[in-house]
Amino acid sequence: MNKKKILIIDDEAQIRKILKISLESVEYTVIESETGNDGIAKTAMYNPDAVLLDLGLPDKSGETVLKELREWYKKPIFILSVKNSEKDIISCLDHGANDYLSKPFNIPELLARLRVIFRYEQNNQEEEHIFKLKDIEVDFTTRNVKKNGEIIKLTSTEYSLLSLLIKNRGKVLTHKYILNEVWGHGFSNETQYLRVYIGQLRKKFETDHNRPEIILTESGVGYRFFTDF
Amino acid sequence: MQFNEEERLSPEEFLKQVNKESRGKLKIFLGMCAGVGKTYEMLKTAHEDFKNNIDIIIGYVETHNRKETKELVSGLEIIPRKIFKENNISYEEMDLEKILNRKPKIVLVDELAHSNAPNSRHNKRYQDVLEIIDAGIDVYTTLNVQHLESRIDTVGKITGIVVMETVPDSILDSADEVEIIDISPEELLKRLAEGKIYQEERAKRASENFFKKGNLTALREMALRLTAERVDHELREYLQSNKIKTVWKSSQRLMVAVGPSPHSAQLIRWARRLSYSMNSQWIALYVENSKKLSDADQIRLNSNLKLARKLGAEIITTSGDDLVTALTYNAIKENVSQIIVGKPRSTFLSFGYSKLIRRLINESGDIDIYVMGGTKKELAQKLSSDQIFEFEINKYLTSLAIISIVIHICYFLNDYINYQTVSLIFIFTISLISLFFSMGQVLLVASVSALAWDYLFIQPKFTFYVNKLEDILMLLMYFFIAVITGSLNSKIRSQQKMVKNREKRALALYNLTKDLSSATSLKEVINNAVKNIKKTFDVDMVLLYSDDNEKLNKNLSDNKNMFSIDEKEYNVASWVFQKHQKAGKYTTTLPSSDAQYYPMYTPRMNVGVIGIKLKEDEKISQDKERLLETFIYQIASSIEREILNQKNQKNILFEESEKLYKNIFNSLSHELKTPIATILGATSNLRSENEIKDPTFVKNMAEEINLAGERLNRLVSNLLDMSRLESNKMLLNLDWHDISDLINSVINNLKSELINHTIKVEIEDKLPLLKIDFSLFEQAISNIIINATIYTPPQSIITIQAKSSNDNVFLIISDNGKGIDEKHISTLFDKFYRIPGTKTGGTGLGLSIAKGFIEAHNYSIKVENISSGGLRFTIKIPITSENSLKI
Repeated sequence: MNKKKILIIDDEAQIRKILKISLESVEYTVIESETGNDGIAKTAMYNPDAVLLDLGLPDKSGETVLKELREWYKKPIFILSVKNSEKDIISCLDHGANDYLSKPFNIPELLARLRVIFRYEQNNQEEEHIFKLKDIEVDFTTRNVKKNGEIIKLTSTEYSLLSLLIKNRGKVLTHKYILNEVWGHGFSNETQYLRVYIGQLRKKFETDHNRPEIILTESGVGYRFFTDF
Repeated sequence: MQFNEEERLSPEEFLKQVNKESRGKLKIFLGMCAGVGKTYEMLKTAHEDFKNNIDIIIGYVETHNRKETKELVSGLEIIPRKIFKENNISYEEMDLEKILNRKPKIVLVDELAHSNAPNSRHNKRYQDVLEIIDAGIDVYTTLNVQHLESRIDTVGKITGIVVMETVPDSILDSADEVEIIDISPEELLKRLAEGKIYQEERAKRASENFFKKGNLTALREMALRLTAERVDHELREYLQSNKIKTVWKSSQRLMVAVGPSPHSAQLIRWARRLSYSMNSQWIALYVENSKKLSDADQIRLNSNLKLARKLGAEIITTSGDDLVTALTYNAIKENVSQIIVGKPRSTFLSFGYSKLIRRLINESGDIDIYVMGGTKKELAQKLSSDQIFEFEINKYLTSLAIISIVIHICYFLNDYINYQTVSLIFIFTISLISLFFSMGQVLLVASVSALAWDYLFIQPKFTFYVNKLEDILMLLMYFFIAVITGSLNSKIRSQQKMVKNREKRALALYNLTKDLSSATSLKEVINNAVKNIKKTFDVDMVLLYSDDNEKLNKNLSDNKNMFSIDEKEYNVASWVFQKHQKAGKYTTTLPSSDAQYYPMYTPRMNVGVIGIKLKEDEKISQDKERLLETFIYQIASSIEREILNQKNQKNILFEESEKLYKNIFNSLSHELKTPIATILGATSNLRSENEIKDPTFVKNMAEEINLAGERLNRLVSNLLDMSRLESNKMLLNLDWHDISDLINSVINNLKSELINHTIKVEIEDKLPLLKIDFSLFEQAISNIIINATIYTPPQSIITIQAKSSNDNVFLIISDNGKGIDEKHISTLFDKFYRIPGTKTGGTGLGLSIAKGFIEAHNYSIKVENISSGGLRFTIKIPITSENSLKI
């Protein structure tokens, strides 16, 4: 079987080691790199299926490495960061990173996210017509949204927001990205619109809108639509 | 006991000895006049020392082009002279700074009596020498006897030359060694003739003027006598320092009465000589009376008092119109054994004066009275007191004018009033005049009016002739009544003025002490001090105080009540600070500076310096200076009090932080060690090959490692958060957020911590969006919840509520545990505070961080016990148009 290749760019040997052990246990092959420059070189050399990029590198900032990679590398890049660096994370996500995890992270979560990313890569190829999750059903052709079989009335903004979240399900979307996509450029700082509409969607779809299980908040970063794969 | 008592040195004696030991030693080569070979002898001694490997250098030596002397200069290290330029004239002076920096064992300084160039640090070279000695450097120096302060009168009399360059006798007294360089006058004259002293031309002039055999013999006698006196003195000191009290130390105390008279200066010198030969202390007493001194007198008085101080007298100023009472009162108070008073030459005054002396002799009891004769000089000086007359002449003219107006008025009213009434009007006028003018004017007015009365009003008119006995009696009585009322009035007035003056001073001092004692901080003390000095003396001022490193605090930019000083002025102030001596403008030290600086010190510490600038740019009067010095002493002790207070506070703080540091260290190392021990224990278990690796065991171990890791993670996060807060550079990442989002995020993150607790969430509908830093709020609420999970029993309920009123949004986190003792409520948010007796684990950081993060938003958080049990934290967020948005 063709194992997926993952490049880890992190200067901490211990982190690389634990990642390598964990990733290799679930059918990935791992390439290690200690510095940003070496990482870029190895990406070019091995063309890995995904890159795990640490933001705190000794030679250049993770953000710079990301931007340089994104000039030619199209496959998923996954950010590893420390706590309290939401700004860096948002910036990386807005510059094409696919997802992120804060250290200390738990490995199962990382593996799940990777799975989502690879699955999403495949799904993106084909057009989806009907989405189903738990008791929610969305028909993208008719724009009908049903909960428990009953049609839920949505405004067009609510529908755009919901379908954007569903099409990117499992993946974190930054506020800026969502605002740009749904409201258009020029609204990227109007977070309060987003909060209001997310609140409304939650009231319509969540069992307890104060304890959401479908539209999840990534604190300080954005939103993620629940996915079970 | 008695034996011991006798053997012991009194503290003053001991201090004197110690002082002498720690300072540098002063050796003076004393001669009767120039050319006896002092410099030569000094250099020879220096060469001997140099041979003995003593670090000896030349600070300043004048060879006068004498061949032998010049030869001796070579071979010794010479400090180059400093060049001063003033008005295109350059002066070469000894470089005091370089000598102090070079710090040799011994330095040679020629011509002690020399006056320095303008702009030098000190006016006189002997002041330089004193500073060198204070720095612990020994000094060899040369001095001619005629330059001694106490001898200049005698020298003047003998040689007819007024010596301008003088050295205070105290220098000679403080010298550790005096070597007299003595040659016979014949030998000296021979050397002069041979041109060994001066070049031919000057030698001739010198021999005509100064170098006469008679002069030289007298000077020689003076030098020898001085040395003899000194030997006598030294013997006594030796006996004392060796505890041989066979000679009883003189218990004599001299007091000399000093006034503005030039004669006083002589009296002072004489008193100083007497006190020296008796080895006694001496006091110069000035009795201030109600008569205002003229400017000239004030200047002379100041210089007299200064002279006395320079010659080592203790100065006492007292006020009172009766000289005899003031003298005897102070003499008895100060335990004086002899009083010295002057005898003026002026025959005019001598009647009243001898009466004074007689009274003094009668009233002084056991005290001996010395009456010293005056000199002709005084009369010459007396003439200058004409200025006083000139100053007063206006007053005489004014009073004359007033009386003549009154006389004229009366003359025109002559037809309507009789002549007795006129006399009453005159007496009334005189009484009025006496309220504003002094005795002399009153006398004048009384005489003029008496004559006018006689001439114009008493029959027969327009003659001075009086024919009725009745009128003669009336005239006489009129005159006496006029004089008596006038003089009584003017005396009462002047006494009142004096009392008023004193009251003013007392009041000023009272205000100062009141302000100083009410001040509660150093800043306040300084502000009050500045305020009072400025108000009382009408001066510009600056106050510098000692910082922790015993240096003057230069930082006074925050006080606009003071004048600012530049580097140069600061250096003057620093000198004053270190030397405990006043300096600056109008003083003999560093007179080129802009202000006068007074040291502030107390017996315990060097407090600082006060600089003053008079508004009119003049010298402060002695009167005011005395009051100022009292002020400064008060201020010094107040500042000292505050500085000591601060130090005390700092010590307490230091101890507290020391304690805190220890606590942190203990709790941190404990906090780190426990999870590490768990992890290492679990992993060693997993690695051991003998164990049967059943899946539950592995899972349990992993669980333990995970818990320990989370605990470590929490600790590190807390420390990071804390340092973020402490750095004071926390930038808030504000954005619109939904409170339910916030609460959810917290609960999701704390899943494992909340495993044993029930969490209840009550969020009001329609809460506004809030502009907050999400992660800070998340952290704050997490910390509060974690705290609740640690300190409440398992299965307790933790409730999170979010609700709003009209003006506020409240976030309330409460538990149903036991709550805490009320006394810990106020300290619960303190950093590293842990309630005594709580279980280990936790650093006391969590709640402190929560509070810090909330307050960084300018919101408030409070904690309270719930009456039904449990603890409640309430975060209050005021609703404003900027931070909240209704949805």
